[in-house]
Amino acid sequence: MATLEISSLRKRFGNLEILKGIDISLEKGGFLVLVGPSGCGKSTLLNTIAGLESISAGEIRIGGEIVNDLHPSKRDIAMVFQSYALYPNMSVAENIGFGMEMRGIAKPDREKAIASVAKTLQIEHLLTRRPSQLSGGQRQRVAMGRALVRQPSVFLFDEPLSNLDAKLRVDMRIEIKRLHQQTGATIVYVTHDQIEAMTLATKIAVLKDGELQQVGTPREIYNAPSNLFVADFMGSPSMNLLEGRVSRADGAPKIVIERGDNSPIVASAPASADASKLADGAKVIFGIRPEAVSDSESIDRNAKSAVKFESKVDIVEPAGSDTFVVIHVAGKELTARMRAETDIRIGESHTFAFNLDKALLFDPQTTRRI
Amino acid sequence: MTTVTAAPTSATVAMRARLQDWLPRLVLAPSFLLVLVFVYGFNLWTVFLSFTGSKAFASTRLIGWANYEKLWNWTFETDPPSNWYTAIVNMGLFGGLYIFFCLFLGLALAILLDQKIRGEGILRPIYLYPLALSFIVTGTAWKLFLDPRIGLEKAVHDWGWTSFHFDWVVNPRMMIYCVAIAGVWQTSGFVMAMFLAGLRGVDGEILKAAQIDGASPYQTYRRIVIPIMRPVFFSALVVLAHMAIKSYDLVLSVTGKNPGGAAELPSTFMYSYTFTRNQMAVGSTSAVIMLMTIAAIMVPYIYSEMREKAR
Amino acid sequence: MSAADLITTTPTREPSRHSLTTRVVIYGLLFLFAFVYLVPLVVMIMTSLKPLDEVTGGNMFALPKHLTFDPWIRAWGEARIGVSDTAGIAVYFWNSIKMVVPAVLISTILGALNGFVLTKWRFPGHKLVFGMMLFACFIPFQSVIIPMAVILGWLGQFGVQLSDSIGFSFGLGNPTVNLVIVHVIYGLGFTTLFFRNYYEAFPTELVKAAMIDGASFFQIFRRVLLPNSTPIFIVTVIYQFTNIWNDFLFGSTYAAGDASPMTVALNNLVNTSTGIVEYNVNMAAAIIAAAPTLFVYIVGGRYFVRGLMAGAVKG
Repeated sequence: MATLEISSLRKRFGNLEILKGIDISLEKGGFLVLVGPSGCGKSTLLNTIAGLESISAGEIRIGGEIVNDLHPSKRDIAMVFQSYALYPNMSVAENIGFGMEMRGIAKPDREKAIASVAKTLQIEHLLTRRPSQLSGGQRQRVAMGRALVRQPSVFLFDEPLSNLDAKLRVDMRIEIKRLHQQTGATIVYVTHDQIEAMTLATKIAVLKDGELQQVGTPREIYNAPSNLFVADFMGSPSMNLLEGRVSRADGAPKIVIERGDNSPIVASAPASADASKLADGAKVIFGIRPEAVSDSESIDRNAKSAVKFESKVDIVEPAGSDTFVVIHVAGKELTARMRAETDIRIGESHTFAFNLDKALLFDPQTTRRI
Repeated sequence: MTTVTAAPTSATVAMRARLQDWLPRLVLAPSFLLVLVFVYGFNLWTVFLSFTGSKAFASTRLIGWANYEKLWNWTFETDPPSNWYTAIVNMGLFGGLYIFFCLFLGLALAILLDQKIRGEGILRPIYLYPLALSFIVTGTAWKLFLDPRIGLEKAVHDWGWTSFHFDWVVNPRMMIYCVAIAGVWQTSGFVMAMFLAGLRGVDGEILKAAQIDGASPYQTYRRIVIPIMRPVFFSALVVLAHMAIKSYDLVLSVTGKNPGGAAELPSTFMYSYTFTRNQMAVGSTSAVIMLMTIAAIMVPYIYSEMREKAR
Repeated sequence: MSAADLITTTPTREPSRHSLTTRVVIYGLLFLFAFVYLVPLVVMIMTSLKPLDEVTGGNMFALPKHLTFDPWIRAWGEARIGVSDTAGIAVYFWNSIKMVVPAVLISTILGALNGFVLTKWRFPGHKLVFGMMLFACFIPFQSVIIPMAVILGWLGQFGVQLSDSIGFSFGLGNPTVNLVIVHVIYGLGFTTLFFRNYYEAFPTELVKAAMIDGASFFQIFRRVLLPNSTPIFIVTVIYQFTNIWNDFLFGSTYAAGDASPMTVALNNLVNTSTGIVEYNVNMAAAIIAAAPTLFVYIVGGRYFVRGLMAGAVKG
């Protein structure tokens, strides 16, 4: 039995449908990340799970029980907010213990629970301070402490790291991951940062305009995106997308990418694509991630299929650990990720290669992957 | 488009630059000087006067603390009560009631309005419009409203409850309460506006967290929202206290000719002693005492606000 | 969004989570209070439209049986005020206008310039200067009226000397001019406060860009700041207009008699102890006195609230 089950969930606000038929289930101990651009409905979805917002149709089950009509405090959930939402007039200890106070738990039990949580999060020395006296990272820990002490079935995180600076964000991300591994908690986590999604999740749900685009493990989402949106959204730098044409002239389907000022790139259709769906002459979108584009010498040795081509180098971006090279192909800019020591110069012509094992094809009309 | 002009000499350039440097301060200077002279200078002048024996006209004959001693003695003259004693007692009564009820009503109305009700766009302006009125208009309206012969008492009699008495506004002992009623009517809307803005400024996520923690609306207000309102309380308190001490127009218009000085307040005391009784020094002394009281409230407040802004 | 914005805009609705009984209680209380707030004004209006016998003989809550505008006509042109020979409050109404308009304009412009200097041309001690001007807002006027009376007396004498020697006195000694001077000086604290808070939030980069472009102090003020200052101008003008129009203390001290402003005249009218009290005329006069500020409030209510908030909660 899954800890969290969402079935056919819809939410309407007036005439606007904000969530359009969401189906997700999360097993115990799983880490579900809801990811998508601003306005896609991920925070709304989280709020409906919490009970802070109502739903128009569908069911939400936590621990097997339907919770649609239950008050947030009765759903056995705890939430960590983007702005931490700590009660400013209470000390850290009082903040953590407030929920227990509301539930009528006796003072000695409360104090024990607070002490144990404070130890886990290493905030014992902050218990008497007020939120205004804490740093951003400390406040985040207190917010997590308030959630932990509840020992809920499901933890809900609403973009908890967005207010932190870059370095702190990385540190806290690791903390959250460690916490997840230590406690085996079931977590639903909302973020717009796809790196957070990839690093933290056991399951990712990509949302756009209230619709679920794909649900899967990080690897599935990354390597087998179900449509153009997911392919483009996940991964940084984003996937290169080129226009191509199917050619079945000599039996096995090939993808032809025309380059106005150069000879076309002709690649055998990637293994990921369902060859039966490739009609001769059909237009396709050819997708390949920057790390699958390299110079001809450093192609992955395990690659079963590859294609080489010449191109002039447009921009070189040394990024420390890698060097990103931008070249022009068929009117589009293509980013290739190369080793840092690459000896490439702007304006030079160079041989590049596509690792076709990693290439993907998309239907331009339906945007779905072929 | 460039125009060719004769190159200015370095001296004029330097002078012009220095003028531009000083220009801002020159612009500010007149206002600051006016304030310095007409506010601080005049206050010092009044303080000086309080140490003189001025009667109908200002005199420079210093008589030390005699005026202050006089007022100090009058503070304890309770039977028959001296004007100053009455003024202070009334100040306490009026000030206390005024501040308390403005805060209470203001907070209550703000909380009610914050409950996601419809019609706020109509209700809010209704609570606020009395602020636009002059205190004289307010006093005139309430004087009529509370007049026993043509106002409330008469109206209630007409409706059948003939033993209803409400002659406070002509009863010397009760007049000051009428002033308080009119004052609260006028200013509570303002306090409501302050609290409403404060309530709306509470982070929505804190309220969500309270919901998840299982706090009822009552508990949420009592344990979380109202404590967050503390700074607003203080702001409102300071503004109300300052208005209470300064009130003059309101008393005059509600009580008319102030029979027997029953509704005396420090502000009316000052005025009558200075201009009617020709005891300018005593009047100045009372003005200084008013000033000191206000300073005692405002200076720490302004200081703490300025420091916070600097942070 | 500033605090004032939060209170002046009506928020969007998620359905209330209160039970029906709670909501009934809430609405009930709110409407009860709205009633209490409106009743004095309604009574005032009704009384002003009744003949005197209805007022003294009848119930103040009753609608006028014989609606009449006579009290209004009398208030405007005929009522005797104190011991003055002039009849009606019309004269005093215009006195107020003559005083308010220059006072508001001058104090507002000066406040704008001061705010500009205090925020964009910081100099050592600017905080102290601002603090001193801020405190000046809160002094009880009682502590300055005596010295001010003396100074105004001197100015009056000086004016007489001037007109004797050069035939022109610049209006010194004229009670209306005196009031304008007084209100400008004691309004400077508030106007400077408003503009200072507003310009504090104004992007300094715009000023710097203009400086690099070679603009002078006044050019920057006129071309960069003023065009973008409309909201705070409206707030300040409304606030000053209301305060100065409603002032009583200064008016009664420095402009007694024929040159009185409206508020003083109203008080004298209402508190005449001779003869019959004409309540209806008094009410009509009160409404006339209140009309300008009420009108400003109705039209610019939003800005009114912002002014209050700026004054008390410092933006």
